[in-house]
Amino acid sequence: MESKSDAFVRIATQTRTTSASPSVVDYAIEMRNVNVYYGAFRAVKDVNLQIEARKITAIIGPSGCGKSTVIRCFNRMNELIPGARLTGEVLFHGKNIYDPDVDPVQVRRLIGMVFQKPNPFPKSIYENIAWGARINGYRGNMDELVEESLRQAALWDEVKDDLHKNALALSGGQQQRLCIARTIAVKPEIILMDEPCSALDPIATLKIEDLMRELARDYTIIIVTHNMQQAARVSDYTAFFTVDEDRAGVMVEYGPTNQIFTRPRDRRTEDYITGRFG
Amino acid sequence: MPLRSALTRQIGQIQDELLVLGSMVEHAALAAVDALKRRDAKAAKEIFEEDQQINEKRFAIENAILILMATQQPMAHDLRQLAAMLEVNTELERIGDYAKGIAKITMLLGDADIPVPVQEIDQMAQLAVSMLHRALGAFVAEDVPTALEIPKEDDKVDELYNVVYRLVVQTMISNPETIDLANLLMWVAHNLERMADRVTNICERTVFCATGELFEVNGMDEDDLNV
Ligand SMILES: Nc1ncnc2c1ncn2[C@@H]1O[C@H](COP(=O)(O)OP(=O)(O)OP(=O)(O)O)[C@@H](O)[C@H]1O
Ligand SMILES: [Mg+2]
Repeated sequence: MESKSDAFVRIATQTRTTSASPSVVDYAIEMRNVNVYYGAFRAVKDVNLQIEARKITAIIGPSGCGKSTVIRCFNRMNELIPGARLTGEVLFHGKNIYDPDVDPVQVRRLIGMVFQKPNPFPKSIYENIAWGARINGYRGNMDELVEESLRQAALWDEVKDDLHKNALALSGGQQQRLCIARTIAVKPEIILMDEPCSALDPIATLKIEDLMRELARDYTIIIVTHNMQQAARVSDYTAFFTVDEDRAGVMVEYGPTNQIFTRPRDRRTEDYITGRFG
Repeated sequence: MPLRSALTRQIGQIQDELLVLGSMVEHAALAAVDALKRRDAKAAKEIFEEDQQINEKRFAIENAILILMATQQPMAHDLRQLAAMLEVNTELERIGDYAKGIAKITMLLGDADIPVPVQEIDQMAQLAVSMLHRALGAFVAEDVPTALEIPKEDDKVDELYNVVYRLVVQTMISNPETIDLANLLMWVAHNLERMADRVTNICERTVFCATGELFEVNGMDEDDLNV
């Protein structure tokens, strides 16, 4: 009998091949009326957000407006936080990832996450990539997978002669690219990034941004960033969040990045991106 | 203190400099036509040389705008305002060039015996400079209704252009040896007509700055034949 997670992967892969119609926008994932509570506190209110496939969507907004909370909803990471609760739906290929028959482990394989602080395992570069793939039942040629993932993450040339070096000996920027390689090694569809460059220097940051543009050919990327110039440089779409009068995070404006940064429609967006907020 | 007050202040300072450039250009245009009226080649030469100051001011303003863009990462309205100022700055310098061109023609005419349609040329200059003056006021105030009205006056400039054109053609026909000099007068009218067109561009930038909308106002077409 087919397991829950197999069923979920099957749904995901089936619709993946049928949804490629050039005229209609291909949405990778969609939030419908999402509210998130931490205990009694509503941290995020009534979010409706459609994320276009193989594009980069940036989520920006002041500290505490719920950006991290929102991005965690896309792969059920918020469930790991005690007291966190979600209402509404997150549709991935038309299937609500919060349905009881969906396995969160499978969700997190198809929708991977890269964190603010690079967090490689204290093992070799090779093992960092092989480990996740092995856990996910990868049976192919591991050397090839490691090379392919490192190449896609634009790290191969820098580490190819020393794959058995401890990952913690890499620079911060290299560690972050390794974490990206580790994420793509399990062949996700969507990559979530919560402030992936905030611990990196400007050059390492630009490298990650270039890499993101490359990855957007194959993957859908959602990035949370405090750096508005980064959102402007790297993303196709930008969602601006702020807090309303009861401190709940709300989405104020969502649109093509070019429009948001040159002629935002909402005064609150204008005030935030021109630095006149607060 | 409101956030980004330094940026707001710096934008305001550049805007003031732009208005100074505007008044230099207005002065040059009126003085150039005045020198033509009086056939004063010496005054014309001074105006011709003063264009250098307009060019220098233009480059200083452009530099200040680029520095703000590079160092302050302006967004949204700030960005549109700086981009519009960059454009207006260029338009003003070009209008200055038209004034310089008229001064040059006055120098070339010297005291040659050729009738100049002084009245119409003067009217064209007064109108174009008045449009420019009000357009700059509307730009600074982001007064969209005024910016949409001013370009309509371009029709009057075009009418005057047509009158000058016919008068000059008559001179050419009745006195063919004046053709080279008369042709210069055609250029005077052309320069004044183009001045008004550039005012229209400034008005377009005003609308863009205020609203983010980019479109041609009044359907003015650079390729209109004006005849
Ligand atoms: N684990 C938690 N338990 C309780 N409240 C939380 C928790 N995590 C976040 N919150 C609250 O939810 C709101 C949104 O927090 P979140 O971390 O999503 O904001 P953010 O936009 O990512 O902020 P920052 O830009 O500072 O990272 C805040 O009021 C925060 O205090
Ligand atoms: Mg956060």
